[in-house]
Amino acid sequence: MTAVLVRDLRKTYGGKVALDGIDLDVGRGTVCGLLGPNGAGKTTVVRILTTLLRASGGRAEVAGFDVATRPRQVRRSIGLVGQHAAVDEVLTGRQNLELFGRLCHLGAAKARARADELLERFGLDHEGPAREYSGGMRRRLDLAAGMILAPPVLFLDEPTTGLDPRSRAHIWRAVRDLVAGGTTVLLTTQYLEEADQLADRISVIDSGRVVAEGTPDELKSTLGGDRLDVVIRDPARLDEAAALISRVTSGAAETDRDTRHVSAPVSGRVRALTDVLAALATAGIEAEDVALRRPTLDEVFLSLTGEGGEAR
Amino acid sequence: MRWALADGWTVARRDLIHWANQPMTVVFGIAFPVVITLAFGYLFGGAVQVPSGAGYFTFLMPGMYGMTMLFGLSATMISVTTDVSRGVTDRFRSMPMAPSAVLVGRAVADLLHSVLILAGLLACGLAVGWRPESPSGALAAVGLLLLLRFSLLWAGMYLGLLTRDPGAVVAVQTLEFPVGFLSNAFVAPDTMPGWLGAISEWNPLSSTVAAARELFGNPGWGGDSWVAGHAVPMAVIWPVMITAVFFVLSVRRYQRLDR
Repeated sequence: MTAVLVRDLRKTYGGKVALDGIDLDVGRGTVCGLLGPNGAGKTTVVRILTTLLRASGGRAEVAGFDVATRPRQVRRSIGLVGQHAAVDEVLTGRQNLELFGRLCHLGAAKARARADELLERFGLDHEGPAREYSGGMRRRLDLAAGMILAPPVLFLDEPTTGLDPRSRAHIWRAVRDLVAGGTTVLLTTQYLEEADQLADRISVIDSGRVVAEGTPDELKSTLGGDRLDVVIRDPARLDEAAALISRVTSGAAETDRDTRHVSAPVSGRVRALTDVLAALATAGIEAEDVALRRPTLDEVFLSLTGEGGEAR
Repeated sequence: MRWALADGWTVARRDLIHWANQPMTVVFGIAFPVVITLAFGYLFGGAVQVPSGAGYFTFLMPGMYGMTMLFGLSATMISVTTDVSRGVTDRFRSMPMAPSAVLVGRAVADLLHSVLILAGLLACGLAVGWRPESPSGALAAVGLLLLLRFSLLWAGMYLGLLTRDPGAVVAVQTLEFPVGFLSNAFVAPDTMPGWLGAISEWNPLSSTVAAARELFGNPGWGGDSWVAGHAVPMAVIWPVMITAVFFVLSVRRYQRLDR
């Protein structure tokens, strides 16, 4: 069963194209990660799916309801955790959850009971106003507010941006618990690691288009594996070193003149390392530093979109 | 319809919880116009010539009541822009509540807040010797003052939804004082240069203040112009016109947040 279905979704803001034909299929009870840089259109997708924004074209269904024609039913089926911790800062955590519970038409008594339940579940025992909460607590309160109706579909728009690693792990654990309980989650993130950790399937978005789609493992294999970074001591020999490294690794090496870096995709980790070092030594080029690392998100986009990072 | 009212009240109730959580903010809200009133009355009062030998406070109080209603414009705007910029408005819009409740709740809450502030200022007036002539007239005057506040509420909501920026509120706050002074609230428009006096007489605030003076039974500045002579009807017509325009604009702006 499909919990979120998106076909050829388009959005233009006064002539500027934000979404250029997005397709998505999110199976019930799964986590879909929308991965992309700032301005890629991730938030626009979420805003359309949560009835906050009207699409310029295409079709979107959430929990079987069309977002354009049946927004009421959609709102009853979703929870939204946006980029801001959208809570009332003067109210306490409990007062916030009671307010949102009443607005979900739970009635006063049920709203209170649900607030108690969520406060305990998300570890929000602080009695003061939400203004005094730490960033992580605020996000958890926001998550709790999105969960008041235990909605079948939950939207998380960059749920851990700006959080410290511990709070991030806390949010991840909460999301995993929800998914284990059968909730469908659509989450946007700028972090490859976050998508890797949480998502069953990932759609990579750039400039309003889906540029890649698959399971985290599928994407990693198409995106190529590790990269080798070499810092060359003598800037004059940078191009020579790049040509040499390209030949040895049989991958296109890129150079950064300012930092005297040469970077190339490699397959065999240790073999590539020793081969490159041997080749450089033979040519008499001195390396200042050598490192093997995972591709950065920038490089992922570079390989997917064929555009330079600077062009964006 | 039932939910529209219930949800509207739930949203308004949120402000009442704010008052309970931050009682000092409420106290300062009431104290601010009181302090301004006392400052005006005791510092400038001696220098201003008032007709019929009445004390300056007799003139000042209805002016301050009106001025306080005018200050509500930025108060509403602050609440609206805060909710929009923090994402609270978006949360409301993504929830299965009555969409109208966001605006209705704001209107009810701000009107209640103004009742509270006006009550504080009325008490201050009575303490410094200001007296209304009859209870029924006083009630009508208070009604007209709140009617002006009600109309400015929609103007504030529209401006808040339009700018969505808490920074823009400062601009409106800065303009409130000159707009307030450009009226009959503190001095007679007769004493201003001709064109400025005319603008002041046509200021909606002047109509409400003149009508309030009339209904409270306090002496007014008078004036020969048509608008000065028809203060009470104009104190109804102005707010109704402002409400008609800004209610429609606010609702439309709110509905178009999804564009």
